[in-house]
Amino acid sequence: MSTLPSRVAEPAHHNTDTYRATAGSATIGKSVVIKGQIYSREDLVIDGEVEGSVEAIEHRIVVGPNGKVTAGVKAREIMVQGSIKGDVEAGDKIDIRREAKLVGNIKTQRIVIEDGAYFKGSVDIQRGEPAKAPAPAAAARPQSMTASTGTTGQMPAAIPVDPAKR
Amino acid sequence: MQASTKGSLEPRTSNGLDQFVTALREHGSPDILDLSGANQWNLDFLSTRGRLTSDEFTHAATTAFSGGDFFQNQSDNSRIQTFCKLSLDYPPASFDAVLVWDCLEYLAPELLEEVVSHLHDISRPGALMLCYFHADQAAKTLPVTQFRILDSKTIQTAPRLTSRPTQFYSNRAVEKIFQNFQSVKFFLTRDYLREVIVRR
Repeated sequence: MSTLPSRVAEPAHHNTDTYRATAGSATIGKSVVIKGQIYSREDLVIDGEVEGSVEAIEHRIVVGPNGKVTAGVKAREIMVQGSIKGDVEAGDKIDIRREAKLVGNIKTQRIVIEDGAYFKGSVDIQRGEPAKAPAPAAAARPQSMTASTGTTGQMPAAIPVDPAKR
Repeated sequence: MQASTKGSLEPRTSNGLDQFVTALREHGSPDILDLSGANQWNLDFLSTRGRLTSDEFTHAATTAFSGGDFFQNQSDNSRIQTFCKLSLDYPPASFDAVLVWDCLEYLAPELLEEVVSHLHDISRPGALMLCYFHADQAAKTLPVTQFRILDSKTIQTAPRLTSRPTQFYSNRAVEKIFQNFQSVKFFLTRDYLREVIVRR
């Protein structure tokens, strides 16, 4: 993991034809097959095969056009272009693109489905709190901190480092 | 069945849908099954009125009965069983309401009987079903349509495929199909679509 400050992840271009892995996201390539449980603390793009369970609770999961997931999937936001067979839970939103195939039950606050998409299952719309702001990708600690001791001799809370001065 | 080259996204008033939606309220938070295949309109409308389950009935039929004559294949028991695993595979008494739309029109008699029996099994006592049948006896082909709910009284029809009808569904024929149900109510329309509400 890099200790250099990372720039803010740019939003991916999620048109119906292509997607790109964003900076700060992990990718499971199309020749990769994983059987087991996946827990991710960053955005995740799945273009291979996954069997088991996939969780990225504060992050985004994209099942790409070649992605084939036979698993329960949980994330803040989920976009499906490939296939999922399993229950899907998104704290914020599920986006099912026209070439997608989803068989399983959905639990989410919002659902967007393109014409032509295949979906078989139940839909449970959660009318709850607004989604939390996305957690930052694993942030690096600043190399140095400007600090001063207070009268009690305790360190104050971390002071943001001005990127221009790095 | 063949892909349709014609499109008709004209909205139309549906008295049957209006009655169906009104009757849904008596169920509190009903479990609703929609056989039209998932679309944004129905998801938005129905998910606020109950717990929605979306089924790809037409897709299952084209998968199970393709290869050879689509209608003759519907007499093949093994294909019927395959179809029933792809669609309508729900536990008994799962739903308070089913949007059948025009799905029954393209079924050969053996399959029709099996499907209606399944619909009876998966519906709870008092459950409602909304069905559409084309009333044009002379029609040689009919559109296989995805129905989109625009509001409680208005639908939009999006033809997906065309198919020849298996039979002409007179009122009497419809009543016979649902003879094991509690009641059948017909709604007159200005066009060639007969709207029927069936109560289990």
